[in-house]
Amino acid sequence: MDTNPGLYGLLAEFDSPQTLLQATRSAYEAGYRRMDAYAPFPIEGLPDALGFHRTRMPLLILIGGLVGAVSGFALQYYCAAVSYPINVGGRPLNSWPSWIPVTFELTVLIASLTAVFGLLALCGLPMPYHPLFHVPRFSRATRDAFFLCIESTDPRFNLPATKDFLAGLNPREITEVPQ
Amino acid sequence: MTQETEIPLTHPKEASEGIPPVMGPGYTFRSISEKISSITLARRTPRAWWLGFAVTFAFTLLLLYTILYLLFQGVGIWGINVPVAWGFAIINFVWWIGIGHAGTLISAILLLLHQKWRTSINRFAEAMTLFAVANAGLFPLFHMGRPWFFYWLLPYPNTMRVWPQFRSPLVWDVFAVSTYGTVSLLFWYVGLIPDLATLRDRARNRFVQIIYGIMAMGWRGSAYHWKRYEMTYLILAALATPLVLSVHTVVSFDFSVAILPGWHSTIFPPYFVAGAIYSGFAMVLVLAIPLRTFYGLQDFITMRHLQNMAKVTLATGLIVGYGYGIEAFMGFYSGNIYEKFTQLNRMFGPYAVYYWALIFCNVIAIQSLWFKSVRNNPVWLFLISLIVLVGMWLERYVIVITSLHRDFLPSSWGNYAPTVWDWTMYLGTIGFFLALMFLFVRLLPMISISEMQTLLAESKEAGEVTTEEKR
Repeated sequence: MDTNPGLYGLLAEFDSPQTLLQATRSAYEAGYRRMDAYAPFPIEGLPDALGFHRTRMPLLILIGGLVGAVSGFALQYYCAAVSYPINVGGRPLNSWPSWIPVTFELTVLIASLTAVFGLLALCGLPMPYHPLFHVPRFSRATRDAFFLCIESTDPRFNLPATKDFLAGLNPREITEVPQ
Repeated sequence: MTQETEIPLTHPKEASEGIPPVMGPGYTFRSISEKISSITLARRTPRAWWLGFAVTFAFTLLLLYTILYLLFQGVGIWGINVPVAWGFAIINFVWWIGIGHAGTLISAILLLLHQKWRTSINRFAEAMTLFAVANAGLFPLFHMGRPWFFYWLLPYPNTMRVWPQFRSPLVWDVFAVSTYGTVSLLFWYVGLIPDLATLRDRARNRFVQIIYGIMAMGWRGSAYHWKRYEMTYLILAALATPLVLSVHTVVSFDFSVAILPGWHSTIFPPYFVAGAIYSGFAMVLVLAIPLRTFYGLQDFITMRHLQNMAKVTLATGLIVGYGYGIEAFMGFYSGNIYEKFTQLNRMFGPYAVYYWALIFCNVIAIQSLWFKSVRNNPVWLFLISLIVLVGMWLERYVIVITSLHRDFLPSSWGNYAPTVWDWTMYLGTIGFFLALMFLFVRLLPMISISEMQTLLAESKEAGEVTTEEKR
């Protein structure tokens, strides 16, 4: 294993989504794991090619929704049946059917807030600084260019060998990304 | 460069049936990105933009002036009084919130239904939702009389030791509308993040880079991020779908839970939801038709989009017309003298002219959308959409005023007429809405760049390429 202080990784630029997908698959087969692919839009199969098969987002959002449902109902039960009970002609204080709309709204609200803030947290955003932003051509990753970055922390990373490997994938350009 | 090829987005089968494509021919990933973002990043603001913004901003000032005078004098400056205590405030609230519904329908429900044609219209339809909800919220807020106590509607431990009445639809409304506003904002912002990053990377001006950079939060298009992003976006759509249906249902409960004749009806929830989508699509058409012409976006907002929106408008309009029919039928069939009187009073009473105008707008005028030649003509679609918007406003006017002004006891009857301040507040919100739309098209990408690029990539994979790749 080669340690490369001051180097974040090697960035290879590709022409099209298809070539990026193929390159990513080859890199995974070659044993590289600490890498990431960048594209202006989601490419089907690319996360799988990187070995990222499942995201925890659905579970997080489910938990958020359950918290919203339980706390929404509990809020109304506490307000209308415990803290400030009003006896209207002997009708039951726990008038749950009339509490469904607010319970539903709070379920959706908490689930959605969990979804958005969970997404940002799992992606580590906001991230004002990232080594890749040093690479001038990387600004095209949000427009029309497709990148694969093998990071220097990968156990198999070796500057000349990895560079040769990437060159064999037919990229448009290879850049060393400083830390 | 292999991706720089011309790809017409017409499925061979669709093309043979004469269905227009969802995107004009000859676009590449790069040209899509540049065409959309250059509207925002253009150095010069078009003169027509300034003119439009100035006019709509003047109406926004009118709104501010009305609100200031209202706070100074109280709600007595409006035409409301007993028995019609709810006049324009509730009419305009329901009208605006209904308009907002189309944005969520396009962005969430059509996403779940895999409708490709939603892609180029969802961004500004969502912006329309946000601005419509913001305007809707103003009306109940200022109808309260002392809006600075609005927080009394929220459940919080207080020294008065009371809580909101959770058995009341008015409290449900507070939760429904505030949840709807929040979720619409989140959905819109999540959709914007990748495009904000595109703008950040394309901007030349340092200040502009920093502003878009902050808003993009360091998005860099990582495949890991995209996977979580797509999953989140899909689940948000699944959450927003029942939400949008619940919001107008709860709004209709404000009426139907009351025992007033003409309001106390089980048809209200579906009929209100259909009416909301109907007026919302009309508003999307009213905004889309001038926008695509002015900014030359006919390749992205094609005739396919206009035709499909016209079809949705027609379908929901027919549901609304069915609602009117059932309302009238139930009025006579119920055998209830009050219900029957309310129907007769609507049709032939002092507000009959509004009723028949609404029937003309919402039942008769929209029948022209059955004709393909009308659906293919943007000018006609624009005019019919305006008629629909007027019709839906009249519908709320008829529902609110005719039921309230003559209820069970003739001794409590009265009449209602809006004052000049009712009109300035209403026109002011229209101005405010359009001013916000003007700012939106200037400052943010009005079409989702990353989704248009996905659309292009998908059609390439699906083999919807009729010409061979060049170069």
